[in-house]
Amino acid sequence: MLELRGITKRFGPVVANDGIDLDVPPGSLHAVLGENGAGKSTLMKILSGFLPPDAGRIRLDGHEVPTGSPRAALRAGIGMLHQDPLVCLPFTALDNFILGREGKIDRAAARGELREVCARFDFDIDPDARARSLSVGERQQLEIARLLSLGVKVLILDEPTSGISSEQRTKLFSALRTLAGEGLIVLFVSHKLEEVEELCDTVTVIRAGRVVGERALPCPADELVELMFGDLVVSSARPPVEIGAPALRVSGLAAGTGRQAVTGVDLEVRAGEVVGLAGLEGSGQRTLLRVLAGLEPARAGHVEIDGRSLDGSSYEGFVAAGVHYLPAGRLEEGLVPGLTIAEHLTLAARLSDWVVDWDAARSRAEEAIEHFRIKGGPDTPADALSGGNQQRLLLAMMPEDLRVLLMEHPTRGLDIESADYVWTRLLARRDSGTAIVFSSADLDELVGYADRVVVFFSGKVLADLPAAELTADRLGTLIGGKVAS
Amino acid sequence: MRRALQVVPALWSVLAALVVSVILLALAGAPPFRALGLVLDGAVGDGGRMADTLMSWVPLTLAAAGLVVTFVAGLWNIGVEGQVIAGAIGATWAARTIPGEGFVVIPAALAAGVAAGALWALAAGVLKTRGGVNEIFGGLGLGFVAQSLATYLIIGPWKRAGIASTSGTEPFREEVWLPTVGGTRLSPVAVILALAAIAVVWALLRGTRFGLRLKAVGANPASARLLGVPTEATILRAFALGGGMAGLAGAVLATGIQHKLVPAIAGGRGFLAILVVLLAAYRIVWVAPIALFFAILSVGSAQLQLRLDLDSSIGGVLQGILVLFVILIGGWQALHRRDAEEP
Amino acid sequence: MEATIASIVAAAAPLVFAAVGETITEKAGVVNLSLDGSIALSAMAAFAVAFLTGSVVLGFAVGALLSALVAVLVAFSGIRLRLNQVAVGFVLTLFLAALAQFLGNPFVRQPGPSVRPMAVPVLSDLPFVGKILFDQNVSVYASLVLIVVVAWVFRRTRIGLELASVGERPEAAHARGISVSRYRFGAAAVGGALVGIAGAAFSLDVKLGWSDTQVMGFGWIALAIVIFGGWRPIWVALGCYLFGALQVLALKLQPVFPGVAQILPSLPFPLMIFTLVVVNSDRLQRLGERFPFLGRLLVSDAPAALGTNFEI
Repeated sequence: MLELRGITKRFGPVVANDGIDLDVPPGSLHAVLGENGAGKSTLMKILSGFLPPDAGRIRLDGHEVPTGSPRAALRAGIGMLHQDPLVCLPFTALDNFILGREGKIDRAAARGELREVCARFDFDIDPDARARSLSVGERQQLEIARLLSLGVKVLILDEPTSGISSEQRTKLFSALRTLAGEGLIVLFVSHKLEEVEELCDTVTVIRAGRVVGERALPCPADELVELMFGDLVVSSARPPVEIGAPALRVSGLAAGTGRQAVTGVDLEVRAGEVVGLAGLEGSGQRTLLRVLAGLEPARAGHVEIDGRSLDGSSYEGFVAAGVHYLPAGRLEEGLVPGLTIAEHLTLAARLSDWVVDWDAARSRAEEAIEHFRIKGGPDTPADALSGGNQQRLLLAMMPEDLRVLLMEHPTRGLDIESADYVWTRLLARRDSGTAIVFSSADLDELVGYADRVVVFFSGKVLADLPAAELTADRLGTLIGGKVAS
Repeated sequence: MRRALQVVPALWSVLAALVVSVILLALAGAPPFRALGLVLDGAVGDGGRMADTLMSWVPLTLAAAGLVVTFVAGLWNIGVEGQVIAGAIGATWAARTIPGEGFVVIPAALAAGVAAGALWALAAGVLKTRGGVNEIFGGLGLGFVAQSLATYLIIGPWKRAGIASTSGTEPFREEVWLPTVGGTRLSPVAVILALAAIAVVWALLRGTRFGLRLKAVGANPASARLLGVPTEATILRAFALGGGMAGLAGAVLATGIQHKLVPAIAGGRGFLAILVVLLAAYRIVWVAPIALFFAILSVGSAQLQLRLDLDSSIGGVLQGILVLFVILIGGWQALHRRDAEEP
Repeated sequence: MEATIASIVAAAAPLVFAAVGETITEKAGVVNLSLDGSIALSAMAAFAVAFLTGSVVLGFAVGALLSALVAVLVAFSGIRLRLNQVAVGFVLTLFLAALAQFLGNPFVRQPGPSVRPMAVPVLSDLPFVGKILFDQNVSVYASLVLIVVVAWVFRRTRIGLELASVGERPEAAHARGISVSRYRFGAAAVGGALVGIAGAAFSLDVKLGWSDTQVMGFGWIALAIVIFGGWRPIWVALGCYLFGALQVLALKLQPVFPGVAQILPSLPFPLMIFTLVVVNSDRLQRLGERFPFLGRLLVSDAPAALGTNFEI
């Protein structure tokens, strides 16, 4: 029996885990379900000792497991497969298999053990191959083999199915079933409803760092969706928009590699139309937006703005065609820490003047500050602004004439007032004929503001639906990869 | 690091550095305060010494002003020592090959120094942007290449008639020496060049789009790219500008101080300039006074050798310990601030 | 021929200590850039101690201790203070070189004790290798043993594997219960001690006596050779011997081509740059993927977490 009591963890002002309790009996295939950022990974990292909790206790089979020590957790029999398998890339598979064992190195014996585990679960790993040359799925198999050879009683898997082939997924699931049958506790962390339903017996749903429900499976999907996303406000009727000619046309687009890859994307966005990109984080939305912004090359396919091809064009070419991109990481990719509001606006003006007239720049900045209601002065550094004010500054930095506006999580981390304000400005842009494409993890935002929602799953477009036909429930199910009947 | 180098740690560090140097001097058997007095006397005791100190200040300030440009752009231009040497080589080449009056050859020699320094820095820049070689190792390697190139020229193609010796090339014609005043070694042209370099970098960082781009690339290249800053070109320009100023420092060393090319022409001045810039926390206005302080230490320490038979390296010890303490104490205080913030 | 090779092996011994020591430190992810200053300080201190006490062994011990402390300071400023290891190491380089010069002033060019030659009985009579490997002194023997031991530790022992994992992917090491900071401090201390031994070997063995100019630049050479050798102990050692050979060649060429002779000893630096360009070149990476053996021979990346500070 695995028992977690009152696990609490803060990162600065964010409470990732807020007094979480969890009980899992031996032999369970137990799912931990929740949307991105709900706190699942943090909880599992605490359980495996990778992160120390601020408070809370862990007991396994009645024995207290010291927290904050991976070694103590492994000795007690708790092992974790991280989302990105933690292997050393230049090492051989065998050395990764050995790494972390106590006592002397015995490669011959370890080779035998690795072979044995692989044979048992039909894993195919060459012990002498460098980890660099293994696929994500093989790296996972290697890690699972390693944890099993250490004799774990609790096996944690954090989002193990992203980035692996369907054949590997089948093998993984059958291995997990076998292990649970032998009395192991398997903790399966996921945000994919379909997989959870396929594999697990019980599920704990986490939202905003708290346990919001436990269910035995099978259980109706919409019940789980509601637990995951909370009460959903279904969109109100919106005024009809005047939609113009196609501004952006994408056909057969493929780009990115590995987890970030997208393939076969076809998309048409008209002037004055708002298209929302839904899907779990890393399903391909970010790659698509970056390709459309001219920041990443496409492997195949075509991109057109106003009927003009931009294939192979540079970032500057996309900018010249009237494309603007607002990234999610406001301070990481959008703004420059240390530079002031006036300096940002001056840079964004993209003038070719040599000498900057700071008096003029400062008064322009003051105008923008007033117009966009930014709480700060012309000389306030961007990193001293709150998230909402940073987003306002980014809006203030947008060029006047835009054909296509691309945005990643436009209101993530903003308070309601700022979020409303951001959308007021964006919709004003739409009304003047700008095509808007945005990604969001907030279903309300997608259903509430988009005219059309495009759902991504594993790097492909799963559905492209008018928002009016969409309920948040339906969208939640789609995001989990289930095309409901 | 910028935040770590604030006034308070600086004060503590000066104090700590002073204490350590007093202890060191006492260990070496010298009366500490007399020794420090001698340093001061040796650097500014009379007009001739002041002239020497200023002439030591000029190349240090030139190199440091150039380094501010690269550091602001986030580039660790450790190759600056090599760029100083390259500048001296360039100036020597011009001084040796261009015939004519001083007012023609001297500007040509200085310009050749700037060009050579800029080229040497650009090599490190291209290695970084195109070859994926970190500028620290690329610059360091190129620095040693410049050093052996200088030595090779001195004992090879540019050797003195009849003898190949590492003591240097034939001295330049006297018209090619930077003109001096008042029977001292002080060259007003050199001092003006150093002040001009400070002014140029100050104006560049304060009032120009290029300066703004430098800051953006240095603080966050990803955002800078999105904001339309051509990052690679900006990095290369920063290298060229910084290297050009280091090259000018080398040219001044060759035409204004040594009047020939010697193997140790840079003599660690480029490296010392890095300490100046670290201590100034990349702020150009602090470069001139800190460089002056360092020049006083370097020049004045020579007196200790003559008067107390102490090694003149005490200047370097003081400079080093000062910067080390500023960085470490700054880091220590930042650690405690973090610990106080994180409950 | 044998005599020449023997003299290369002897002359390169200090460089082997320094470069292999730095390899250990960097393998764990810590960059100790202070080598040039550390070597000077340890060379001076080792000679001064041996001069004053008459004990060569004590000189080596003090030299090792001092540089180990310096390396731990660099590691501490990165791991605990989260400072830039390169900045701290660089400042230390200049500071320690000046400090060595200042404190060493009374000992400059004094005759003092040194490591005595000690031929290994029987083995030194072997043809060819006898002269090269077994007719040297203890410090040279130690440098040879060091190469073998370090290569063995990295290939065959748990400590070597765990140390490399800490420099390669500290998260992976941490997840397996390996203490990242303990390994980093340990690697800094051991590597630093070897750098100190290098300094001591300069003043008590190869160059005999203390003068600040005779050790200048060797720290930088050692740093370049670590990169040239691709962070692999045996390759690094070969790099040291290559450098030793270049020095000998330079000496021989001195009377004939004085210019070329001056340039040869700085050859490790262009070689280092070349190595870095090659390692980073996409084409070569692809070649390495197609022919794994060739790839492994040519391409050896820096430890992925080199110079970074790991925190949970």
